[in-house]
Amino acid sequence: MTNQQLANTLQEVADATSQDIAGRSLWYDAWCRLKANRAALTAVAVLSFVTLLVLVGPWLSAYDFDYTDWDHVSEGPSFATGHYFGTDAVGRDLFVRTLEGGRISLLIGVIATVVSLVIGISWGATAGYLGGRIDNIMMRIVDILYAMPFMFFVILLMVFFGRNILLIFVAIGAINWLDMARIVRGQTISLKQREFVEAAVACGVSSRRIIFRHIVPNLLGVVIVYVTLTIPQVILVESFLSFLGLGVQEPFTSWGALVNEGAQEMESALWMLVFPAVFLAVTLFCFNFIGDGLRDALDPKDR
Amino acid sequence: MSNNNLLEVHNLKVRFATQDGEVEAVNGVNFSLAAGDTLGIVGESGSGKSQTVLSIMGLLAGNGKATGKVVLNGRDLLTMNTRELNSVRGSNIGMIFQDPMTSLNPYLRISTQLTESLMIHRGMSKKEALARAIQVLDAVHIPDARNRVHYYPHEFSGGMRQRVMIAMALMCKPELIIADEPTTALDVTVQAQILRLLDELKRDFGVAIILITHDLGVVAGLCDNVMVMYGGQVMETASLDEIFNNPRHPYTRGLLKSVPRLDEHEHGRLLTIPGNPPDLMHLPTGCPFSPRCADVVDQCRSERPLLRYQDDDSGRACWRPIEELS
Repeated sequence: MTNQQLANTLQEVADATSQDIAGRSLWYDAWCRLKANRAALTAVAVLSFVTLLVLVGPWLSAYDFDYTDWDHVSEGPSFATGHYFGTDAVGRDLFVRTLEGGRISLLIGVIATVVSLVIGISWGATAGYLGGRIDNIMMRIVDILYAMPFMFFVILLMVFFGRNILLIFVAIGAINWLDMARIVRGQTISLKQREFVEAAVACGVSSRRIIFRHIVPNLLGVVIVYVTLTIPQVILVESFLSFLGLGVQEPFTSWGALVNEGAQEMESALWMLVFPAVFLAVTLFCFNFIGDGLRDALDPKDR
Repeated sequence: MSNNNLLEVHNLKVRFATQDGEVEAVNGVNFSLAAGDTLGIVGESGSGKSQTVLSIMGLLAGNGKATGKVVLNGRDLLTMNTRELNSVRGSNIGMIFQDPMTSLNPYLRISTQLTESLMIHRGMSKKEALARAIQVLDAVHIPDARNRVHYYPHEFSGGMRQRVMIAMALMCKPELIIADEPTTALDVTVQAQILRLLDELKRDFGVAIILITHDLGVVAGLCDNVMVMYGGQVMETASLDEIFNNPRHPYTRGLLKSVPRLDEHEHGRLLTIPGNPPDLMHLPTGCPFSPRCADVVDQCRSERPLLRYQDDDSGRACWRPIEELS
């Protein structure tokens, strides 16, 4: 290597190292680890595709979700008629209905989870951080709510207020935040012993600010993982309710309701069961894989 | 005690209620600190030195209770409610913690953590606070502070993090900084740098420092006055020179003899003080050091000696006259 070449190389190295290095957050590190996880990445791709299809799909089809095609009642999948997934017992296009049901299922999954997330984190973090008697009272309330039988609660709501999609959000959200509150409380108790919380107290930061600025960001790793496992759980609960006839009401539908209808016609029209069931299963799988991947990515020590 | 003292502590007692009974962590500590002065509190583990300062900051564990008086600028900190205390913490008193590795929130950029106290106490905008943060990071010798202020804690080394912690304590220009074993978690070369930095800050910012340590070398490098604690009580308090050249308490003498020295030619066995630190739940009725003291007499076992001042700033808690000590 000539002196000139050496000088050039040195210059290059110097240039490369003198560039400003932006701070790398733990989130960014986690993202890098997640990117390396093929199962999780595939799951993200599939889930994005399903979500997109569910959102845009109904507009692409020639049929409305509540339109009855009297010429093609209970017919199998066919490209000729434009009923890609076939039709149901009253001649409604199953392709549109599956996507429409997906909208409702995912919506319930996301909204009920977000509701339980917000209540659960605030409740659990406050109880855990303040501790003592307040913690005791707050967690006993959680215990009492836990003791209420879920189905009884839902049926009671339905009887009083009639069947309403909002009530399903409320019912599921009201049950799910309890788990979240317990998880978050446990984490908070261990976090508040950490020195950076003490350092924040020594800086004169108020309890409220400590909870939401110092504790909650540290909780998010655990919480996000739990969320990805809660969404499918919520979707399943909704399906279960719909299966029992307590869920969404006709002509609206959800994956659970569709599976319910399909199961009744299983012997004569298998497609009515298969398509919504496949969508439901694939979505649940995706969420679980993502949850798994996130857990590995956010908590590399536990692998 | 004169009135121009920044901090005055009167008869401070700290008790912890535990399931096995009451633990007397601190028993009647008195001291005062003038603005710009440095006080070293020395003692072994469990001597109550950390609990003394934690009670000053209102950071005692939930089962702890502090009584007495801690007066900062004429206001008693112990009677304050949390809201009032929050207006003092971080603003008038800064604190540096022992372990820089765990004292910074791993999920927040240090800029966020540095500017927090400024925005709370001084009502600064984010931009002003950030400018000040960069300025303070410069003052604690963090190179390239302009960029590094946006880093996350894990991107700093241990010594650097301790500098960040010191910067955090300095942000609001407090009159008093409490450093709880600031160098214990660092290796020796970094220790020296941090001590030099604290000395510099003392000079440049005129801030008073309470330094807690079990390392007499650290005290020697930094402090004006030294307070030696044992079993939750002050054994001796004196100027730095007095403590090292003319220790007047058997415990202080024992401590100094147990420090390995490089300048002695004959390397004999390093002396230790026989026995163990006292059980704070069952302190001896007399002097807490009496079971381990070489100069113990009957009075030591039955009566607790009080800290008596010989002159303005030196005092000792011992029944035996200085001349009679071995």
